Amino acid sequence: MSERLNSAFQRARDERRAALIPFVTIGYPSVEATLKIVPELEAAGADVIELGIPFSDPLAEGPTIQKSSQHALELGVSSETAITVARELRNAGVTVPMVFMGYYNPILSYGVERYCKDSAEAGIDGFIIPDLPTEENTELKALTEKYGLSLIPLVALTSPDRRLEEACANASGFIYCVGVLGVTGVAETAFDRVHGLVDEVRRHTSLPVGVGFGIRAPDDVRKVSAFADAAIVGSALVDVIGAGPEETSAERAGAFVRELAAGTRVG
Amino acid sequence: MSGTTTRPTLPDSRGRFGDYGGRFVPETLMAALEELELEYKSARSDPAFVAELDDLLANYVGRPSPLYFASNLTRELGGAQIYIKREDIIHTGAHKINNAVGQALLARRLGKKRIIAETGAGQHGVATATVCAMFGMECVVYMGEEDIRRQAPNVRRMEILGATVETVTSGSRTLKDAINETIRDWVTNIETSHYIIGSVVGPHPYPMIVRDFQSVIGRESRSQILETTGRLPDYAIACVGGGSNAIGLFSGFIDDDSVRLIGIEAAGAGVDTAEHAATMTKGRPGVLHGAMSYLLQDEHGQVQEAHSISAGLDYPGVGPEHSYLRDTERAQYVAITDSQALEGFQLLSRTEGIIPALEPSHALSYLSDFAPTLDPDSIVLLLLSGRGDKDLDTVIDALDNVS
Repeated sequence: MSERLNSAFQRARDERRAALIPFVTIGYPSVEATLKIVPELEAAGADVIELGIPFSDPLAEGPTIQKSSQHALELGVSSETAITVARELRNAGVTVPMVFMGYYNPILSYGVERYCKDSAEAGIDGFIIPDLPTEENTELKALTEKYGLSLIPLVALTSPDRRLEEACANASGFIYCVGVLGVTGVAETAFDRVHGLVDEVRRHTSLPVGVGFGIRAPDDVRKVSAFADAAIVGSALVDVIGAGPEETSAERAGAFVRELAAGTRVG
Repeated sequence: MSGTTTRPTLPDSRGRFGDYGGRFVPETLMAALEELELEYKSARSDPAFVAELDDLLANYVGRPSPLYFASNLTRELGGAQIYIKREDIIHTGAHKINNAVGQALLARRLGKKRIIAETGAGQHGVATATVCAMFGMECVVYMGEEDIRRQAPNVRRMEILGATVETVTSGSRTLKDAINETIRDWVTNIETSHYIIGSVVGPHPYPMIVRDFQSVIGRESRSQILETTGRLPDYAIACVGGGSNAIGLFSGFIDDDSVRLIGIEAAGAGVDTAEHAATMTKGRPGVLHGAMSYLLQDEHGQVQEAHSISAGLDYPGVGPEHSYLRDTERAQYVAITDSQALEGFQLLSRTEGIIPALEPSHALSYLSDFAPTLDPDSIVLLLLSGRGDKDLDTVIDALDNVS
């Protein structure tokens, strides 16, 4: 598992705050813009950055990320592009942990082992794959271990305790709790229910526990930070990136993440 | 009569047909899929469930559907004797109702009162809206904008039946995207809703459940042809989009080594153009809608848009069991173009006075070339999965463009 991820969560814990994990779609609004946005996010206080790889049929996404993915696909963004972007970001001095968020078919198509190897070499720390539950991840899990990557499981409000236990036993990096019944960026996080889920997850693991889906504002981050180790913000940031000219997208993204980061202080 | 081979019971405990199938879905759905699998297995062995399903199939759906000896078509084509299994005659005019009735009964057992479904040609949407009206369930059907345009009569039928039809404007605005939207609805409303998927696609246990509910086609066909001719057919032919009607037919003959199984997929404008839905001919294995199966995709693993004149075949994937039957060579798959399908449509209309849906018109077109090559004693069983009323506008437009 990734040392960079471990130390990022450790640092947040030492600073008595939750970690902030913003998500961006690679290639939205352009690959060049992504290369500028990510360093801004790091400077603004992001602890881990999720880089979204577009897929034609993103089942877990709401309208915002569907649109940003579609846009990126039209620009020709692929797994190859994503790996190149990660490498360029590392070369430009980005040190924050970066994880790829993407669906399974492009990974299969790229070649599972080659994908792990190339991602690790490019400086990626882990994967979040929304359509690859524990039952189907045996091959990828072994390969992520071989290449020192974390495979971050998603757990849901509907996951029975048995599934939580399996997901945690199988996990590294952190646990991603899906905070709503639904797709990204539509409904507000079900704070009470996800608080219960986080508590249940903690009975099965000592790994950090993050919450995503439906976290849109500093106040949401504040609420989540009271009981979880990380707040994950996707659609709201993608909306900010899309709401204005490309030239100032990195600035807008940085300003928004700075506001969100202020919500991570516990007490 | 040659022998039988008892094949392993598939899918296996992981929902796999060989390498295909599985459960590649967001975690939120996993518990519901596990619950559905357990409830289905308990229902299948519950005599009360089976009796109620049989009663509905007989008295509501109108089963068994007839097996018709197409003497005019047999004479016209020369060669094999052609028998047609008439799913066009049953309630709502297509095989989709067999599965919709079974799944509505399952939804009731699960205590789910809201039903969601996708539809391509509209036949599955109509079948689902029909059973929801009968069972008093709320019904929401997702349909691509492009399909709403070309299957307008079915949209009206669904609305008359009390269903809400949601227009899907993402992606290719056809069946693939309608399934995406239905899955997104299901993730959101998982605690109150049951997803009645319309084909042998999607995550386990759907390919198994839909196959089992459609296997009534194969069981009836087998006993009808044995009763009528005293022997098994040499060929069983059906069209394949997702492939539920074909699996229903094939399942009746899968252990009969002498029966050759042929699936007909849509070649659209041609398999060497960019506009086709020939998943078996041009695809390679991948994951879409929760299952591993053959898939039309580009070199980066992005799913490609399918194209077919028939909305029901306009799908870039195929049911995982078909992929398994293909790789094991138990079935073979052939692609037929839009214009060939139009010829098949007219052929059956004129020779037998039966207007077929555009989906089985693909199989009829294949038959028109294939039958003349066969021995006159040979028997072909062709599945007519639905009637063509819904396609009249499409066919009239297409024929006007040709002339």
